[in-house]
Amino acid sequence: MPDALVQVRNLTKSFSTPAGKVHAVNDVSFDIPRGSITGLVGESGSGKTTLGRVLLRLIEPTGGSTIFDGQDLNRLDARELRDMRKRMQIIFQDPVSSLNPRLKVGAIVAEGLVAHRVGTRRDRKDRVVALLEEVGLQADHMHRFPHEFSGGQRQRIGIARALALEPEFIVADESVSALDVSIQAQVLNLLLDLRERRNLTMLFIAHDLSVVEYLCDQTIVMYLGKIAEIGPSQALYRDPAHPYTQALLSAIPIPDPARHAERSHLKGDIPSPLSPPSGCVFRTRCPMALDECSRTVPPPISRGSHHESYCIRTEARYEPTSPIQHP
Amino acid sequence: MTAPVLEVRNLTVDFRSRHHSVTALRDVSFSLGAGRTLALVGESGSGKSVSSLSIMGLLPRNGEITGGAIVYRRKNGGELALNGLSQRAYRNIRGAEMSMIFQEPMSSLNPLFTVGDQIGEMLMLHSDLDAAARRGRVLEMLELVEIPAAASRLDSYPHELSGGMRQRVMIALALVCNPALLIADEPTTALDVTIQAQILDLMRRLQHELGMSILFITHDMGVVAEMADDVAVMYAGTIVESATAGDLFANPSHPYTRGLLNSIPRPGRDPGQRLVPIPGTVPSLSAMPPGCAFAPRCGWAGEECRKPVVLEAFHTGHDVACFKTREVAGNA
Repeated sequence: MPDALVQVRNLTKSFSTPAGKVHAVNDVSFDIPRGSITGLVGESGSGKTTLGRVLLRLIEPTGGSTIFDGQDLNRLDARELRDMRKRMQIIFQDPVSSLNPRLKVGAIVAEGLVAHRVGTRRDRKDRVVALLEEVGLQADHMHRFPHEFSGGQRQRIGIARALALEPEFIVADESVSALDVSIQAQVLNLLLDLRERRNLTMLFIAHDLSVVEYLCDQTIVMYLGKIAEIGPSQALYRDPAHPYTQALLSAIPIPDPARHAERSHLKGDIPSPLSPPSGCVFRTRCPMALDECSRTVPPPISRGSHHESYCIRTEARYEPTSPIQHP
Repeated sequence: MTAPVLEVRNLTVDFRSRHHSVTALRDVSFSLGAGRTLALVGESGSGKSVSSLSIMGLLPRNGEITGGAIVYRRKNGGELALNGLSQRAYRNIRGAEMSMIFQEPMSSLNPLFTVGDQIGEMLMLHSDLDAAARRGRVLEMLELVEIPAAASRLDSYPHELSGGMRQRVMIALALVCNPALLIADEPTTALDVTIQAQILDLMRRLQHELGMSILFITHDMGVVAEMADDVAVMYAGTIVESATAGDLFANPSHPYTRGLLNSIPRPGRDPGQRLVPIPGTVPSLSAMPPGCAFAPRCGWAGEECRKPVVLEAFHTGHDVACFKTREVAGNA
């Protein structure tokens, strides 16, 4: 893809457990274009959180590489990686457990600046004030503790902290999932503003498909450690190619009693990652599966510009009945 | 319409701490018709869970019903006032007449007992069945909630089941004595969207087959639209709007309801079109504004909104607690 800030190539992470090896992320490749937001969706256990962390090398990958602005993160030594960390940050899901309860907000936001020895004490204070105001808080909030804030405000503190080192790339892991909808909308709009103002590049990990459609330029659907489908959000939501994407979309409850979605329900649960199905990992729950699906690991099949589906039946299903009636 | 299964009238609940007390529910009224589903919808702190705990007699010790009435119509037709009912009397009706399922099935099931024993315990308490008959009935329930290979799951422990299966077990446990009222408190919030769809389908089917009434507590307007016949929207301990689901979504008439609907990203919306969030945050229960609790966040608010506002009929079957209803509704 032209001008990709982040290029993920064959990234793999497996964990050894007493019961065997778990491939949490299995041979995943994609690009994140500079200045855009890429959404990563999937059910719990799909590997999306692990992918977010392996990609930042917060967890060491088992194989593959993340190329950040031309440099392979997995080849950097500790010192080089530390310098690189300034350019990429993460925002977590739970704004309670990710903020140190014993530090004042000012110290929390300034922590990265201190760690990387940026500016004088006075510079740092000015920077904290500017950051708090940028995320919609007030300067005097720096003297308070995290418990004095509501959930939405705490998430803003987490965002201010992530922005402190002026990163180019942010991974947001379920960063609005714990918030009430009215507050969630505030934070989503803040992320959109920040993207515009700072030309931020973002990987937005979420289980809420509607939120991802709203926020993200590109969407990646994951299942059992693998990409099922990737594409520009508009194309992927309007014309989902992979049966898993179609099932996910048709499962979203639509806030309109007059428009009950025609459901194509998935049966059962996501299989154990300890013993993933052979061939296509989705085939055990797939309404379209053929015998062949157990033998072939599906290659990406193009469904349009930058839109790929990892399903051997992609072509055959070119005119499906759309599971959701878009207005 | 037949007599309601549950009627809550002007319910007020206070929570005391050592130094002060706060009002968590203020003058809440709603009724749930037989065989219908009423959704209580609202954000954190709106009082929807306190409402359900009050009905079930499960308020924590520092919580107290200080006003109003909760009337339950028993399976035998008799009316029973639930406020003031002793814990002993409650034990006879909980599980048998009314049941509850919770958000987190893992923490509401006992990890030390098998699925079969836990469901069987309900029958031990509320029926005369012997052990073999109980086991048969439990198996029947597990099959009813579509647990695959149900017979082999009787002796499973909760940790051996997935989240969706655990919620099915909770539903089996809640319904094994055929209660007339099921209170479902965010039953699908912790589940993945595909599993949520399965559980919602299951609940709809069971309601159709068993005929119970459901009080469905949720923050998700999408789930409300799928499940509810009637809706009551709660904000800061009061009901701000109530109507049939069709009417509420077609003519949302309280500024909060509108704000809530405008905050949700919907599938297929125009790219670039921004969500309109509700500004500010929910007021703390200990620092409620005078008059309408929503006024500080409301774009329509005026001088009169500082006066107390009550839920009034806007038109038939559609109640709104707002001085500006006419202006708001006229601005569709």
